[in-house]
Amino acid sequence: MNHNPFYDPTLKKRHRFNRIFRFFALGSLILSLFFLFIFLFDMVSKGLPAYKQTYLLLDVEYTEQSLDDGRMAIDRDYRAVVSRAWFRDFSVEFAKKPELMNTKAKVWVLANAEVDQYVKGSKHRLKDREIALVDRLKEEGRVEKRLNLIFFLTGDSKIPENSGFYSAIVGSVLTMLVCMAVAFPLGVMTAIYLEEFGKDGKISTLIEVNINNLNAVPSILFGLLGLAIFINLFGLPRSTPLVGGLTLALMTLPVIIVSSRAALRSVPDSIRQAGYGLGLTKIQVVRDHVLPLAFPGMMTGSIIGLAQAIGETAPLIIVGMIAFIPDAPSGVMDAATVMPAQIFTWAGMPERAYIERTAAGILVLLAVLISLNTLAIYLRKKFEVKW
Amino acid sequence: MKSFQTTKRSNEIKEKIVKWLLFSATAVTILTTIAILFSIVFEAIEFFKLQSFWYFITGTEWSPGVEGAKFGAVGIFAGTFMITFIAMAVALPVGVLSAVYLSEYAGYGVRNTFKPMLEILAGIPTVVYGFFAALTVAPLIVEIAGFLGLNAAFNSALASGIVMGIMIIPIISSLSDDVIKSVPDSMRNGSLALGMTKTETIIHIVLPAASPGIISASLLGISRALGETMIVVMAAGLRPNLTWNPLEDMTTVTVSIVNALTGDFAFGTAETLSAFALGLVLFVVTLVLNLISVFMIKKFKEKYKSNNL
Repeated sequence: MNHNPFYDPTLKKRHRFNRIFRFFALGSLILSLFFLFIFLFDMVSKGLPAYKQTYLLLDVEYTEQSLDDGRMAIDRDYRAVVSRAWFRDFSVEFAKKPELMNTKAKVWVLANAEVDQYVKGSKHRLKDREIALVDRLKEEGRVEKRLNLIFFLTGDSKIPENSGFYSAIVGSVLTMLVCMAVAFPLGVMTAIYLEEFGKDGKISTLIEVNINNLNAVPSILFGLLGLAIFINLFGLPRSTPLVGGLTLALMTLPVIIVSSRAALRSVPDSIRQAGYGLGLTKIQVVRDHVLPLAFPGMMTGSIIGLAQAIGETAPLIIVGMIAFIPDAPSGVMDAATVMPAQIFTWAGMPERAYIERTAAGILVLLAVLISLNTLAIYLRKKFEVKW
Repeated sequence: MKSFQTTKRSNEIKEKIVKWLLFSATAVTILTTIAILFSIVFEAIEFFKLQSFWYFITGTEWSPGVEGAKFGAVGIFAGTFMITFIAMAVALPVGVLSAVYLSEYAGYGVRNTFKPMLEILAGIPTVVYGFFAALTVAPLIVEIAGFLGLNAAFNSALASGIVMGIMIIPIISSLSDDVIKSVPDSMRNGSLALGMTKTETIIHIVLPAASPGIISASLLGISRALGETMIVVMAAGLRPNLTWNPLEDMTTVTVSIVNALTGDFAFGTAETLSAFALGLVLFVVTLVLNLISVFMIKKFKEKYKSNNL
């Protein structure tokens, strides 16, 4: 062995180090994917129960008293397990159907959040007497978990079992409409200017550096901008999709510009030359030939920008979009909340039932993001042209 | 002949109009930057008219909302620094090593499956990370600390730092991966031919060559960590706390901005204006970090004539 002129006593050590290093590199890759799975698993396990809601089959009495006070409709013993929201709605519904007066019926009644948590096996704050009650109902088959339509059909509420994600979804849609209506045309126009008209100018370089910097400005500073300019200077109403959308539009703009420029650049020059050769003006070349070819790429980039904007929270909190909004906004000038802001609000609530709803809201948000990104990838694949 | 000239003229006018229209759209991006700068600077100046600038950057007591309120931001800066440090301690090694594996060891298939998965991490909204930090990681840290006989706060700097680190991993790994891949193969081959092992090649040749890019990625990561809001608002503390112990609660610049602007103070008081002073600090620091980062990437590109960055 020692006669080998190439023998290196450290070789064994070096090879061992080689293996260890490779192991560590693979390990850190696996670690980061592990984080992703833990995270997704955590959200799904916390959020899935919220898509079911507990109902109880109880005797309901339609009397003069229960018309005044919904609580009277339910037997005294069971009042503690029924949702306050149900009592409230009961009186309203009953008033609409006076023919039910002095009748009795077995009705599926919305249970309150604590009962719901107990039935789902989570932490709860029920008293022993109530637990015994719920257990007895369960044995008699009078407890049922149903699909939680309330979550998708109502807005926020101070009663956990009655709170839903609907107004946040509507708020997000309105905010994104404003955002895209502003950012998409501006972004595409800027890209066209930079790529087709103002190439290589001093201004172009300045704008390029500027776009780069805007991309790196922390999102919360866009909130400060929205507050100082749109609300305090222009006097636009606080908490509205209009202000939120404008603020997000400025944030999304750089993303759209960068992707639109890339799309324009990928259109080969021969197309332009052919157009000029046939005597077209610059406007005609850009409008009729370059833009249609670059459009799918621009759409893809804009969808990715949109996906970023939907999840953005910090600037919207600064412009006041975390108000308590029970009803869905009907226009861009109404106070509204958005999906991530609703998640933020619920995450800060002390009741256990809200945690479940927060995670359920997160799952909705993630589902929206995944579908948007899939759409972007699909568009890119479908319209990809190899020149 | 005449009609030809009029068409030409009208075409020229049309082109001018379109050009100006497009330019005015372009001007919006510049206006945005100017607007950010001015809105923040003006309000910050208002703040420094009411409060001393010197105390703001050197004072340690932050007590808004009381008689004789004090605005010394050192405690806030310390918390920001600590959380950013923890985040980078998680993200930098994991991110760079993941990038090394993806670009140096992984085959085509592995690379094409794992890289998009890493990018999913970057696409998750920060409010979701915040929820994860506050409800899953923070209680876990309290439990582990309790097991080790230590005392951890439920809104410890460690919880938000770790989760922020997870968020930054894809930023670092994706940029580092691009940089490592654009280091020319001739350098690797030369080193391997001289009898270096693959690891030695990576450590002594590839990584030093890629270092401007990796530093640039880290600076971007730091700038993201400094400006990150939702994770710390949901999982970190509210009170400025000058301590070296990451298990205690600490606050950050962004948390203080959100607090100042969502509280019950009227606009124009020192309490709300302090948000803009903090915002100015944040803006300047992130801008400088970004400029250095862009500069370093440019140097790297020039050195290796690489255009795919």
